[in-house]
Amino acid sequence: MKYYDKLILELSKPGRTGYSLRQNDSCTTDALASLPEWGKRKTDVCLPEVSEVDVVRHYTNLSQMNFGVDTGFYPLGSCTMKYNPKINEEIAAMPEFQSIHPLQDKNTLEGIRAIFDEMDHALAAITGMSHFTFLPCAGAHGELTGLMIMRSYHMSRGDLKRTKVIVPDSAHGTNPASAAVCGLEIVEVKSGENGLVDVESLRPLLDDTVAGIMMTNPNTLGLFEREIKQIAELVHEAGGLLYYDGANMNPLLGVVRPGDMGFDIMHLNLHKTFSTPHGGGGPGSGPVGVCEKLVPFLGVRVSGYNGNFPVILRAYTYILMLGRQHIKQAGRLATLNANYIKESLRDAYKLPIDSVCKHEFVFDGLKEREGENHDELPTTLDVAKRLLDYGFHAPTIYFPLLFHQSLMIEPTETESLETLDDFIRVMHLIADEAHTQPELLRTAPHNCPISRPDETTAARNPKLRYE
Amino acid sequence: MSTVAEGLLYSKSHEWVKVEDGIAIIGVSDFAQKEMGDITYVDVPDVDDEFEKEEEFGALESVKASSDLYCPVSGVVVEVNEEVVDQPELVNADAYANWIIKVKMADESELDDLLDAAAYKELIGE
Amino acid sequence: MMENNHFQYFPHTEADIQTMLRKIGVGSTDELYQDVPAEYIYKGEYNLSDAKSEQEVRDFFKSLAEKNLSLKCFVGQGAYDHYTPAVIPYITQRSEFLTAYTPYQCEISQGTLRYIFEFQSMICNLTGLDVSNASMYDGPTAAAEAMRMLLGCARKKNTVLLSATLLPHVVEVVKTYAKFYGTNIQMIDAKDGQTSRESLEALMQSGDVAGAIVPLVNRYGIIENLEGFADALHAGKALLATYCDPSTLAVLRTPAEWNADVAVGEGQSLGVPLGYGGAYVGFMACRSEFMRKLPGRIVGEATDAEGRRCYVLTLQAREQHIRREKATSNICSNESLVALWVTVYLSLMGPQGLKEVNRQSSEGAHYLYDELLKTGKFQPVFDAPFLKEFVLKPLVDIEALQLHLQQKGFFAALATEDGYVSFCVTEKRTKAEIDALVAAIKEM
Repeated sequence: MKYYDKLILELSKPGRTGYSLRQNDSCTTDALASLPEWGKRKTDVCLPEVSEVDVVRHYTNLSQMNFGVDTGFYPLGSCTMKYNPKINEEIAAMPEFQSIHPLQDKNTLEGIRAIFDEMDHALAAITGMSHFTFLPCAGAHGELTGLMIMRSYHMSRGDLKRTKVIVPDSAHGTNPASAAVCGLEIVEVKSGENGLVDVESLRPLLDDTVAGIMMTNPNTLGLFEREIKQIAELVHEAGGLLYYDGANMNPLLGVVRPGDMGFDIMHLNLHKTFSTPHGGGGPGSGPVGVCEKLVPFLGVRVSGYNGNFPVILRAYTYILMLGRQHIKQAGRLATLNANYIKESLRDAYKLPIDSVCKHEFVFDGLKEREGENHDELPTTLDVAKRLLDYGFHAPTIYFPLLFHQSLMIEPTETESLETLDDFIRVMHLIADEAHTQPELLRTAPHNCPISRPDETTAARNPKLRYE
Repeated sequence: MSTVAEGLLYSKSHEWVKVEDGIAIIGVSDFAQKEMGDITYVDVPDVDDEFEKEEEFGALESVKASSDLYCPVSGVVVEVNEEVVDQPELVNADAYANWIIKVKMADESELDDLLDAAAYKELIGE
Repeated sequence: MMENNHFQYFPHTEADIQTMLRKIGVGSTDELYQDVPAEYIYKGEYNLSDAKSEQEVRDFFKSLAEKNLSLKCFVGQGAYDHYTPAVIPYITQRSEFLTAYTPYQCEISQGTLRYIFEFQSMICNLTGLDVSNASMYDGPTAAAEAMRMLLGCARKKNTVLLSATLLPHVVEVVKTYAKFYGTNIQMIDAKDGQTSRESLEALMQSGDVAGAIVPLVNRYGIIENLEGFADALHAGKALLATYCDPSTLAVLRTPAEWNADVAVGEGQSLGVPLGYGGAYVGFMACRSEFMRKLPGRIVGEATDAEGRRCYVLTLQAREQHIRREKATSNICSNESLVALWVTVYLSLMGPQGLKEVNRQSSEGAHYLYDELLKTGKFQPVFDAPFLKEFVLKPLVDIEALQLHLQQKGFFAALATEDGYVSFCVTEKRTKAEIDALVAAIKEM
């Protein structure tokens, strides 16, 4: 990766063009000239004036300052950065699908209908839910949709006082945020010493004002919520519903079905569990599945047309490749990889909860050696930045909030033993550096296109556009 | 170690209050600014906005955190310190010299619920 | 259970698995699930098809693709069949962009961060507003976020006005969000196919209005005259948000020129294929004083330790991972790769290309409008300026008309809620294609 310092707008030269439009075939005289004066744009349209080759080189240069799953190991916790198969891309790009208008009569689209139907069946089979809606465009959007379904159910029964939702303190930040957007009041339930939802803390929170509980299982510490059966019973007895945050579904893929655990509503992140690329932050897809009694509420209109169709195509391609033969390995291998790293690094990094993990686990920073103070060691941020120097993406840092130095590692099943061993070797190397040359970490990265930016000044005096 | 200025009143949510002629001058404690780290933004209300005691009136932001500000007394905002809006680092530099809002108090007896410097020191463990 | 079936995405050999299990100190991968109650381990066979090879997958989707009727598109209604330059998919498929996550580690994400900064700059330039976020899911959800932002900018108000001339799916999505968020939505009446200022002014009387969302080009394709709208709203301490098609902003009066505070819309018209409705890209821009009320990610310029210009996610204290339930929105993913698509499109088209797109589309649409009226099968509805889209009142049976056009290979004359039919022409449609559509209609 090398530093490249241009913005496309800086390459602009008046008169240069990069487009190709037909030059004859005019239907009438200039229709734009006859626009009313009050409706015309008065100011110049400040867009780049560049040639096609300028554009290609510029964005190729930009791409070379980026790290993707195809570049190297990406152990970003809770993000499930598995390999994105290339056949998915080929199918999603089929011109036959790209050219269809979203409002075209469904009766003329037997093929597309079949894809949605079969995808619905496949996800139902994998999760134990009854049916899915594909309108949500991302995981958080799925959460919001699922909560809308939860509220719709209670409202349909005239049960209007259920306006609270219980969210564990270890939940993804999107959970409480989605609940707030859905007009729900958030009640936090604390995790116990073992990192799991504490049933005794939950019990007193349950009453007839509770719409439901949002849980991710395994939770954000990568720990399976063992008391799920009792939690489900208690919530259901109190008249609430269980929402499953599918962000952590990967270790259960082919092993456990959320529907069987008593969850009533769930979303899946197709861009995590089902191998579709993250695209630098989207487009994703967050289909929401429900149990049978909630199917009538599935039609909630949360996005413009039919959801992120190319993402659904990619995920369906992945499911077809996986088939019933390979699906049972997916979650198990993801869990195997995570436990292998955890066991290999626990001598050098502080493991706050010693338990078998699922697809991910959390260290609480470096482990202090004799005579050292944990607070004086390089931080999790420093470790993360140093990893970049060694050609790895950093794990998720400072999440979950339960620990001060959270370092959350999720390897996924697509990584080989050799890749994991290399990562483990580098993490040990960094731990040694932390004790012997801490400054090396505190000023890292040293081999990336840029070094650490001054984010404070950037936030105090925001410059958010090119001028 | 953070400093606690004598002669001010404090809320449990770390705002300080100084009273002058029925006007409550409100800022945040040194402890609060230290907890935040480099403050990047101070979100303030408009003059004439009305707040209940303990209602949220604004927020402090840093790069990676955000902390709400709660009005220690009920009343109407009469003045906002535009200097700290323009230069949030002033709060880091001296939390007691740089107030955030001034509120015309609706009920001076609410001051009795606030902590004095000694009690606040105890609260923050210093 | 765990023998390796040689699946190309799983690199584990049997020996690897044994090595790893030994390190962990368990005998099998199933033992790693001992904390899961046994009744929840799925023991059955998954009701999925047999694993397919790549070639089988290709053949499978090819056969499904053939079961869709491929039609020449003369409909818009929020999704426009504009031309896509060849360069774009070539760039967006570069795996450094495609397979990256959200740019949390800025030192190895300068590519993503820089194109988002360019996207924000171009959205600002198109709308004339000061600040843009890094993109939203789609136009309708951007409008729903605008509703919440209007409320967030006002203190203790709970009403948002929506124009009855907004695209139907935009109204529907905003109303969904409003229903659960507890927002009072009031519709501003349409008069002669345009948002009624009198209706807006009457609704302002309640004193509870945080703002209004009004289209620049509406569901009938009409270019709206928003004279006086911003003043009426601002007088009541409310804000004006406009819903716009960014492609048209190359030639039409901008949100800023209408004195709007917020602009949202659907970025699909900027060269993104129809793709059966997604993945599209919403955008959202505002005046700088409301910058910290914007939802979603925002990229800002910074300098690194060596003083070099670089880009970071900034103003993150607004976002869900920090503010949790108090965040400006729950949005986490945006539509980054589609934002790249649009940024590359705008770079290639430039000001001239985008104007030319509008000129050709508009000429085609006006030509079609005139030719359709000549057939005697339609009546004009509104006498108002339009660009690439318009409605007519059909004098023939709508369903029969649509079926006939389908058989002739056209998707056109989409029925609207008020009994009109909607047409749209983009620069992709040639005069010959328009003539063929008109000929097909004449045949009826």
